[in-house]
Amino acid sequence: MRTRLVILFGLVLTFAACRPDMENQPKAKPLSESDFFSNQANARPIPPHTVERGGARENAAFYTGLTNGTYITQLPVKLTPELLARGQERFNAICAECHDRTGSGNGMVVQRGFPQPPSFHVDRLRNAPIGHFFDVITKGYGVMYPYATRVEPEDRWAIAAYIRALQLSHDIKGSELTPGEQQKLENKQ
Amino acid sequence: MAQLFPKSANVHARVTILGLVVLICGAGWATSTIYWSPYTTEVDVPLQQPIPFSHKHHVTDDGIDCRYCHTSVEKSSFAGIPPTETCMTCHSQIWTDAPVLASLRESMATGKPLKWVRVNDLAGYVYFNHSMHVAKGIGCSNCHGRIDQMPLTRKAQTLYMRWCLDCHENPQKFIRPRDKVFDMAWQSPSNQLEQGQNLVSQYHVDTTGHLTNCSTCHR
Repeated sequence: MRTRLVILFGLVLTFAACRPDMENQPKAKPLSESDFFSNQANARPIPPHTVERGGARENAAFYTGLTNGTYITQLPVKLTPELLARGQERFNAICAECHDRTGSGNGMVVQRGFPQPPSFHVDRLRNAPIGHFFDVITKGYGVMYPYATRVEPEDRWAIAAYIRALQLSHDIKGSELTPGEQQKLENKQ
Repeated sequence: MAQLFPKSANVHARVTILGLVVLICGAGWATSTIYWSPYTTEVDVPLQQPIPFSHKHHVTDDGIDCRYCHTSVEKSSFAGIPPTETCMTCHSQIWTDAPVLASLRESMATGKPLKWVRVNDLAGYVYFNHSMHVAKGIGCSNCHGRIDQMPLTRKAQTLYMRWCLDCHENPQKFIRPRDKVFDMAWQSPSNQLEQGQNLVSQYHVDTTGHLTNCSTCHR
């Protein structure tokens, strides 16, 4: 009788564990559904005027591209080859869908019917202060949506700097290149 | 004394023993087949989604980078499912009347998010971090397969612990250069082991046992 009880107890213990509670834990994962909050989302909206740690954003020029309502004309970060490389990488990943990799505005999404953005190689944008590009990425422009939530401010400046590099390199004459660069260009063709 | 067993008992005994062996082997085979079949693993089974979103169309036909929508993949454990606003960046202008996107427009109008169904659903006791894998040279396609060729999104791997360990035990077999992480068509070169070994040390992948420590993933 006692042995039977022990076996039964063992079986109860064993099969009591056969529930997916560990697999589906009642914790909130990113974007998971909630039966507690009224909008059924576990992620909570950030209360207005919340300042994240280290996010005081006192440097208005860096975070808006503007000083006293006018676009800044100088890059507020140090221009380095790394910054340009980062800008190129981000531009090709996030902007080139519409603006294409040369900045002419013939990206694949435009070829699929999206309204064509202006080329970066027109006088208006050649002469535009660098703060303008930062501002457009942040707030959007025309049919272009804002990218503030998708691209970090540091990356927006990297992209703005890279757009300047695209503008500078677009109309450069072959003869102005160094012999080494000319050779590289020949090999690419 | 009379015979205790009839003569046919010999046959009965043999059939019983053989039957038992067949039964045990069969049960083993059936269990393993079910365990590894898409019925259990859900590999290659597209799930019903609120919109039949095609990665193939958006990635291959339109040339949209992974990071355009999955913005936090490089800085967070969670790669990020794009908000409705990201879809509407293009779809406020193109395919604006498509019936298939009706629920997207409704989501934009009401502010209620679309309820996408999770395709790669890890158990609650597994910790996984996208940014770490991306930073150490594990590409999207290592886990998500050729998602750029999937008209409907489906799981590419079992996500069984054995599968995770295949790489955690021998990262040099799978690691790739960082600039190829988002390259869907990347294939391991013929000298993968040699190159992988170099990348493992170059990217400081800890192969002293940390990767196979229980608490690395079960924390």
